[in-house]
Amino acid sequence: MNESQSAGFREVEHTADWELEVWAPTLPALLVQAAHGMYTLSGTKLKETPREMREFVLHFLDLESLLVSFLSKLLYYGETQELGFDDFLLEMKDDMLEAVLYGAPIAWQSKEIKAVTYHNLKVIKTFEGFRTRIVLDV
Amino acid sequence: MVSLKDLTRISDYEWEIPKSFRQDMQVPVRIFATRRLLEKVMDDKSLEQAVNSATLPGLVGHVLVMPDMHQGYGFPIGGVAATRYPDGVISPGGIGYDINCGVRLLATQISYDQAKPYLNDLASVLNNFCPSGVGTKGSLRMSEKALDQVCREGSRWALKEGYASEMDLQRTEESGCLEGADPSKVSAHAKERGRPQLGTLGAGNHFIEVDFVEQVFEAQAAQVMGLEEGNLVVQIHCGSRGFGHQICTDYVEEFQKAVRRYNIQLPDRELVCAPLSSPEGQNYLGAMRSAANYAFANRQVLAHSARLAFEQVFAGKVKNWHLNQVYDIAHNMGKIETHTIEGKQVKVCVHRKGATRAFGPGAPGLPADYQVIGQPVLVPGSMGTASWVLVGTNESMLRSFGSTCHGAGRVMSRHKAKAEVRGDKLRQDLEADGIHVRAGSMAGLAEEAPQAYKDVDAVVETVVGAQIARKVARLRPVAVIKG
Repeated sequence: MNESQSAGFREVEHTADWELEVWAPTLPALLVQAAHGMYTLSGTKLKETPREMREFVLHFLDLESLLVSFLSKLLYYGETQELGFDDFLLEMKDDMLEAVLYGAPIAWQSKEIKAVTYHNLKVIKTFEGFRTRIVLDV
Repeated sequence: MVSLKDLTRISDYEWEIPKSFRQDMQVPVRIFATRRLLEKVMDDKSLEQAVNSATLPGLVGHVLVMPDMHQGYGFPIGGVAATRYPDGVISPGGIGYDINCGVRLLATQISYDQAKPYLNDLASVLNNFCPSGVGTKGSLRMSEKALDQVCREGSRWALKEGYASEMDLQRTEESGCLEGADPSKVSAHAKERGRPQLGTLGAGNHFIEVDFVEQVFEAQAAQVMGLEEGNLVVQIHCGSRGFGHQICTDYVEEFQKAVRRYNIQLPDRELVCAPLSSPEGQNYLGAMRSAANYAFANRQVLAHSARLAFEQVFAGKVKNWHLNQVYDIAHNMGKIETHTIEGKQVKVCVHRKGATRAFGPGAPGLPADYQVIGQPVLVPGSMGTASWVLVGTNESMLRSFGSTCHGAGRVMSRHKAKAEVRGDKLRQDLEADGIHVRAGSMAGLAEEAPQAYKDVDAVVETVVGAQIARKVARLRPVAVIKG
């Protein structure tokens, strides 16, 4: 668990898969917390060097689609390029996310995440910002 | 929320949630379970997810839930749903991310007693020959053209490349190749993930397990399958790896738009679907079949590696070290099949998610020797407990779209399992019970601890009691390789 009043994530009990509750004051911060949560659950450790940078643009239908697409992109980089990220520059414009990610090769990962699901997924606007629960297929 | 009082008891092994339970249900839900197994799942969301699945457009019969059910995402694990073809829908979430996750069983003529001195060595050699673990890449380096061939041909590609025998293909569901695969409907991301992973086990609940046949219940069927009491067998449990995961991810995203386009209302966005006859539905079918064929080829290459491992360990020590295929069967799949519904032959798309096809004697598509006994059904237990070999029945054809259970079914969360079980202690306990373990991660091992699963024997007694399978043999593990 990584929790503060304004931003954080925690694991929620799920019989077969993994469920994360995530909260943050802004949408980009919610994406960052979700990424940290996913890396924490999968036991991902990064090498110190070489530092790597990747950038991409995502078009999304709605906030749930943004969250699933963003995390799925991280899984893709993890599996195909063995890269994980710990520093994120995210900018949202209407239905588009511009992402610049900084990270490093994965040194160790203890668990495999197959996919990010839409199961009961809702990104909720709260007084403090945004909150959601994400089920990951493992 | 579904409670026990919402269920109508049909028999000791069968229950129903009527269509009237919720206004948006298109068909009732039929559950194969004893009261005791049902009580175990009342704390999770399996039945609520089954009710949600019963809202898909174009469903026929019942949505079915097997006794190894547990909460998943969208559909429950252990769910079976059939939609009319071609005017019903297909739902990628009703098949799962690990498309054609399944089990292969190989039989030997090596007795457990003969093998005992070599089992530790065998576990290590299997572990070396069969790549496993998170994101593992195999030794095959495939071009995009070769990958497309795997997509179209499945196990036939493996036969051409020298990884399979004709007998292997005959004893594989659909002979290891679903017709209609279309790799042009697979994304570049999926192909990039799939190319280096053919012939790898992966991680999670996937495994290679060496067992011995502890007890035979039906001698004729066991003989036809080549199973003999006391002899070693090998189970391989895995699927389509990152290739299938990405295909499902891509189409669940694509179908978010399709449900708006076709004005389909659903209680959960993971259930997104598209009409089978629509361009979206046809594209997914072509891509999903590509992943299914990849998974057949994947288990075939792993079987080849297991054969090499057996040769290295047993050549010169026993007379016959060959591994003969018993069967290879999917438990996450969407198939176009013809079933008898209310006395009529109806073409349907059967979604099986954590459920095994279980065709009875005489069913089309079975090899000649299995036409007599029915199709073998492979039900792996949890690590350290029994696994089962069953056969499909005529009743399964009539009552469960030719389907039955696929395993023990989880009952404890991964979080709780990790908190309650130490991986290294579990490994010691299993070794003390004579089970040689090779595992990529102790945390992963702890999550898959036997206590995290239901009693597989109770699951099997239920499907046998409900007559949707018959017992053939019970297997006992002696070596487990996990990613």
